[in-house]
Amino acid sequence: MGGRAFLHGAMSELRRTPLYEFNASRGGRMVDFAGWEMPVQFASIVDEHKATRSAAGLFDVSHMGEALVTGPEAVAYLDSVLTNDISKMTTGRVVYSLMCYDSGGVVDDLLVYRKGESEFLLCLNASNTGKDMEWLQAHRAGFDVDISDVSDRYALLALQGPVALKILGALTDLDLSDLKYYWFAETQVAGIDCLISRTGYTGESGVELFVAPENATALAEAVLEEGEPLGLVLAGLGARDSLRLEAGYSLYGHEIDQDISPVQANLMWTVKLNKEPDFIGKKALTMENANGPAKRIVFFKTGSRRIARSGTEVLVEGSPVGRVVSGTFSPQLNEAIGSALVNSDAQLEELSVDMRGKSVRLFATKPPFIELNP
Amino acid sequence: MNIPPDLKYTKDHEWLKLLGDGEALVGITDFAQQSLGDITFVEIPEAGDQFDAGATFGVVESVKAASDLYMPIDAEVLESNAALEDAPEQVNQSPFSEGWIIKVRATDPSQLDGLLDASAYAEIAKD
Repeated sequence: MGGRAFLHGAMSELRRTPLYEFNASRGGRMVDFAGWEMPVQFASIVDEHKATRSAAGLFDVSHMGEALVTGPEAVAYLDSVLTNDISKMTTGRVVYSLMCYDSGGVVDDLLVYRKGESEFLLCLNASNTGKDMEWLQAHRAGFDVDISDVSDRYALLALQGPVALKILGALTDLDLSDLKYYWFAETQVAGIDCLISRTGYTGESGVELFVAPENATALAEAVLEEGEPLGLVLAGLGARDSLRLEAGYSLYGHEIDQDISPVQANLMWTVKLNKEPDFIGKKALTMENANGPAKRIVFFKTGSRRIARSGTEVLVEGSPVGRVVSGTFSPQLNEAIGSALVNSDAQLEELSVDMRGKSVRLFATKPPFIELNP
Repeated sequence: MNIPPDLKYTKDHEWLKLLGDGEALVGITDFAQQSLGDITFVEIPEAGDQFDAGATFGVVESVKAASDLYMPIDAEVLESNAALEDAPEQVNQSPFSEGWIIKVRATDPSQLDGLLDASAYAEIAKD
């Protein structure tokens, strides 16, 4: 057995979420993710993935960062640093947006929660929280706005799957039929104050629950107790990744990053080029959108179980045309799937990769790979 | 951590089960399958293929990584576990029985003495 598969690193420098004990004591296989000690799986990535699509999965995503933006010019400020239209948001609404560089490349992708007239909560990727906070602070000049890192105030649980809302419904007085997709409400779940966000990263229906760190374990235990008889399982970051890839969702550092723009990543639906305020990246994105991008993100199936891993060169008739950015095994399709950044003029019917001397075809596929039921 | 006492082992986390007449089954250990996680694909050789001890005879792929399989002794492949094509997860579920990978005939049976016994392997297979 080749030695690379075995991790023997010192994990003493890693940060722990409020749910570390909860995860570790229930069989969580803990790994380093963005400097946090997180469960990559509990029993099996494939089983957790399948359970989330057939019943429900409960994920600790407390490593994500949160920023609070308040003040009389909060809307104008956010409209200047984010690509989506913030001024159009009603209180209670959630919006998916990008934050871009001047070049049009991506600083981060994030969710924006409008808590009030001048109060916004931003949910940031764990790997980018520090960078995002610096960026937000660096671009506030001239705006009457307060920005603070409030990551320490929140633990975050994702409850996702066809029975997720049924489980949640048994634990809250809120009528969940009133909580529509991409809206949120602040209320109690199992008697614990929560911000319930009707959002998710799996393509299934469900919620993400923002909760005070000291209440996170009690909330997780209550959800698990209510949900286990219905098939709820604890799920880790491994399943989170295969679920989002099946759903065709982007992951920062893969389908989007500093050098991959929303034009290239097919995310222009979250970029409002027509909104009146200027925003960082507007000019570059307008031009790239008009001229067409030089490269594009393409999702693919392989028709085989062999995973084409991130970084693998993509070829057309032996010549390089790009690289794989995400690759995993899809339990729903029973085959390896992924995404690649390829030249826009590459022949999509001829894509292949070399795997240990064998040529393996990549079949370009319009995402999602499965039917979404959010 | 399961380490059956009647098997032979290698430092690369493979096991070998003697069947008599110089024949043996080869697979990967419980330690190996746990480290790999969900196995999604096993690349296996054809019957008749010959390998020297230490040579790569196949690959086991998981969601996490791909890992080479090394032949424990000089041997000829007699048979590969066909069930692994559609159900590679058998290697995770039963690494020492239904998850066997290849059946071989040892070219030089004296090499078997050079393999690790269970207690020697237990020293290596520590988390």
